[in-house]
Amino acid sequence: MAAAESYPDDLRYHREHDWARIEDGEATFGITWYAQDSLGDLVHFEPPEEGATVTRDEPYAEVESVKAVSDVVAPLSGEVLEVNRAVVDAPEHVNDDPYGGGWLVRIRLSKPGEADALLDVAAYKQHLAEQG
Amino acid sequence: MQTLLRTPLYERHVALGARLVPFAGWEMPVQYEGVIPEHRAVRTDAGAFDVSHMGELSVEGANARGFLQSVLSNDLDRIGTGQAQYTLLTNEQGGIVDDLIAYELEPERFLLIVNASNREPDLAWLEERAPGDGIELRDVSDDCALIAVQGPRALERLGLPEAPAFTFEAGELDGVPCTVNRTGYTGEQGVELLVESDDAAGLWDRVLERGVVPCGLGARDTLRLEVCYPLHANDITPETDAISAGLGWVCALDKEFTGADELRRIKETGPDRKLAAFVMEDAAVPRQGMAIEEGGEVTSGSHSPMLEVGIGMGYVPAESAQPGSEITIDVRGRPRRARVVKKPIYPREES
Repeated sequence: MAAAESYPDDLRYHREHDWARIEDGEATFGITWYAQDSLGDLVHFEPPEEGATVTRDEPYAEVESVKAVSDVVAPLSGEVLEVNRAVVDAPEHVNDDPYGGGWLVRIRLSKPGEADALLDVAAYKQHLAEQG
Repeated sequence: MQTLLRTPLYERHVALGARLVPFAGWEMPVQYEGVIPEHRAVRTDAGAFDVSHMGELSVEGANARGFLQSVLSNDLDRIGTGQAQYTLLTNEQGGIVDDLIAYELEPERFLLIVNASNREPDLAWLEERAPGDGIELRDVSDDCALIAVQGPRALERLGLPEAPAFTFEAGELDGVPCTVNRTGYTGEQGVELLVESDDAAGLWDRVLERGVVPCGLGARDTLRLEVCYPLHANDITPETDAISAGLGWVCALDKEFTGADELRRIKETGPDRKLAAFVMEDAAVPRQGMAIEEGGEVTSGSHSPMLEVGIGMGYVPAESAQPGSEITIDVRGRPRRARVVKKPIYPREES
């Protein structure tokens, strides 16, 4: 069952509709409710390899719905510590729970200061409103 | 930018919250609730599709039958009035200008239901080849709308009796007059209701009131791909011949029609490549245009909502086209394994 629209207060957001939950030099990434709703039911998640380096603003993974494939952009730079295997096996977790069970990767941050450039929830909602 | 055309059901789609996209010059619903639930509704119950964007060409006159026999691949003498036939408009090379269904309204009066984007090219093609007199060609697409109702419970939901596939008759649904065509593009039992444009919204409402699920073009595409119905401009084009496409069964090679000589030659020597259906063995969704390492490329690819794997079709060298052959698809730089399977990919008996 698809989740209701929401944007948690405790996350930081990237304009390409990704979120990051930052804790102690690590971060968990995912895509926002808006991103999964735009794509529709996800049927494939192409993850990065564990140990791979991801770079802020660069694609690090792909998510696919029946109709379309979309790059997932890294909100922050770092090294991939863990891929969410549950989403590899059942990509619909992203639709069901985009901020919980639908997380995509866990990262060790290489440039924690980059977080300052991300949007807080109010700024992200403003960005969504401007997109129409 | 060219203004998109809208079907008589446009307001209904908006009211239902459909996601509308440009398709073949039309603003069409790609999905309402979602491609996967809509797809499953058609495989297990009944779904309704607005396919009013498709073109309807009227061909009538003293020479109508003989003329169509000379330009269409299938043999119209195999059907009679009240019957329909899947057939191809072919070029001199045996390539496919369009695939369509011909409906015999009277012995010398036919309706051709053609692909949306081919409506004008088909009409021009026919006009160019029609003899001077004894043929009247008209594009009547704007006069009519077409609603497909498909699924194992489609007839029950509409209160219609069973009837042989590829027949049609004048009828009505809850007081709305329409022609009931026993045709479809999903591999399921069902009908396509041809209705006057002014009555289309009323008919759509009656269909949905009977519990049929509105479905978008997204589900229409995954449904037809599971049963390996080719899509013109993807799987079949003026550059692909009917034999290589696996459509020899709609080519009456014992009669004369445009491209028949070339098709007989290809059949005799055997095609170099064939349109094969495949199922991904690795996790990946094949897409149109992806290269196949053994040669050729994917012409249609998607995710199968019933099998829950990536599926597709593409032209491969004849030696790789046998069911069981392993092929490799280049998925954005990543080699992913697939296996050629017998068509259809999803046989209805499994449902």
